[in-house]
Amino acid sequence: MPIFLDEHMMRSIIMDHFSNPRHRHVPNDLSSYIQIHKDSENCIDDITLYVEIKDGVVTDALFDGVACTITASSTDIMCDLVIGKTIEEAKKILESYFNMIFEKPFDSDILDEANAFKNTHKQAARIKCATIGWNALKEAISVDGK
Amino acid sequence: MKKMDIDEIRANFPMLNEDKRMQGKPLIFLDNASTTFKPYQVFEAVKDYYFNKTSNSHRGDYDLCFEMDKYVYGVREKVAKFIHAKMPEEIVFTAGASMSINIIAYGLLKYVEEGDEIIIDEAEHASNVLPWFKIAEIKKAKIVYIPLTEEGRITANNLRKVITNKTKIVSVAHVTNVLGFKSEVKEMARICHEFNAYFVLDGAQSVPHMKTDVQDIDCDFLAFSAHKMYGPTGLGVIYGKKALLDKMEPLLSGGGMNAKFLACGDVRYLSAPERLEAGTLNLEGIFGLGAAIDFINDYGIDNIEKRESELRAYAIEKLKKVKNIIIYNEHAEGAIITINIKDVFAQDLSTYLNSKGIATRSGQHCAKILIDHLHSLATVRISLAFYNTFEEIDALCEALDGSEGFLDAYFS
Repeated sequence: MPIFLDEHMMRSIIMDHFSNPRHRHVPNDLSSYIQIHKDSENCIDDITLYVEIKDGVVTDALFDGVACTITASSTDIMCDLVIGKTIEEAKKILESYFNMIFEKPFDSDILDEANAFKNTHKQAARIKCATIGWNALKEAISVDGK
Repeated sequence: MKKMDIDEIRANFPMLNEDKRMQGKPLIFLDNASTTFKPYQVFEAVKDYYFNKTSNSHRGDYDLCFEMDKYVYGVREKVAKFIHAKMPEEIVFTAGASMSINIIAYGLLKYVEEGDEIIIDEAEHASNVLPWFKIAEIKKAKIVYIPLTEEGRITANNLRKVITNKTKIVSVAHVTNVLGFKSEVKEMARICHEFNAYFVLDGAQSVPHMKTDVQDIDCDFLAFSAHKMYGPTGLGVIYGKKALLDKMEPLLSGGGMNAKFLACGDVRYLSAPERLEAGTLNLEGIFGLGAAIDFINDYGIDNIEKRESELRAYAIEKLKKVKNIIIYNEHAEGAIITINIKDVFAQDLSTYLNSKGIATRSGQHCAKILIDHLHSLATVRISLAFYNTFEEIDALCEALDGSEGFLDAYFS
């Protein structure tokens, strides 16, 4: 089903994930998680992404740190999207998201709430915010070597 | 001296031309603590170097080079006069204020022993923190912080609470870069010298905005940069008392700073300022800085300070009426106002202001340690220059009033 989001819906999604994040905390047991730290030289964002991968499936994704609204909500939504997905599926979601951010054709169906970030290109200074968590996931998946 | 005619002042700056837009709106530049715009006079001076005077300094046997040395000395004189140094030889050209503080820190390394103390404070910019961390690490010395007052000020009284006979260096900002408070530098210098400690001043946020008299303050060193005072990037200055500069260990070695260099490894360094200026100088930058100082002098630094404090007072009064605003430094002397809007993350606020064509700076402003004092992760800094207008402040306040819709920019 194609996703249609109006401005009001996009705003509520972003604010909801910023104010009530589902995945913004440090895991109790770090040992099974891949940790990727990401910060930015030109803004305040400074986050760590924790990804647990078992048998080729993303079993958990969490993050923590200092983050603006766009960074925090985009990372939280990303965690929502990839938990329970295989590495291959997660890669497809990542690819689609980056295509959306950089104004290329993308699969809006698999991005679900992440569609709220489709206007990021209009505020170029925020591309970094909207992709910092997603870049961390990209790295985590490649660290896992699968 | 020129009259403070705002239209005439603004006409000097190509970046203030009406054709300059941001997000399709007239550009309002309120990030002057980060860098200032440059007047035509500065470009003309840089152009003059390349078009008419290109040569190197203290290198050649021909007229162009002789003239270059004279010109560079002339700018040294201009800088010395501007900050009321005793002589032009007390002015060292560097690559920027950060480089200046690094050169000072390394130059003082030999005076620091294990267990000694270097005093800074929590409101310093990273460039006046990290070089001292390095020195402390090399020498196993201790970093001690002057406690800030409740308001966030650096006071002589609080320096006295922490200084000891082990203190070798005290380094503080004349005006701090996040809160814009003016430190009690004259009294602090006196205390330092009572304890035989060197007193280093970071003048990056003060020299462009107020009269600086290094002899009156009696600081041992002062660091600042050209690009925050209408001059070009890539050029900084060290002021140091001549006798101290002459004894400093140069951080950089190379051409132009050694008097005798024999194959057996016997090297003798020149005296200051050349001793600390290894390599080719940023000559175009020096031409530009000379013009920038002339430009400031045309209006008078006291008049510039007066206009900026009028702008600031006006801004404070108007900002206070903005809904949900937190102002962190209402009573600061510098041209800096630091704010937040309740429940809006600083970076989101700056992005929102960007969508209205207004340039401000969000973040920790490199004064990362200060966060513990401000109890805020991040703030938005509004920093003024004398070319800003009352109308620009009105536009800022109007924009801030609508900032609960800070995500609008993201969707429109």
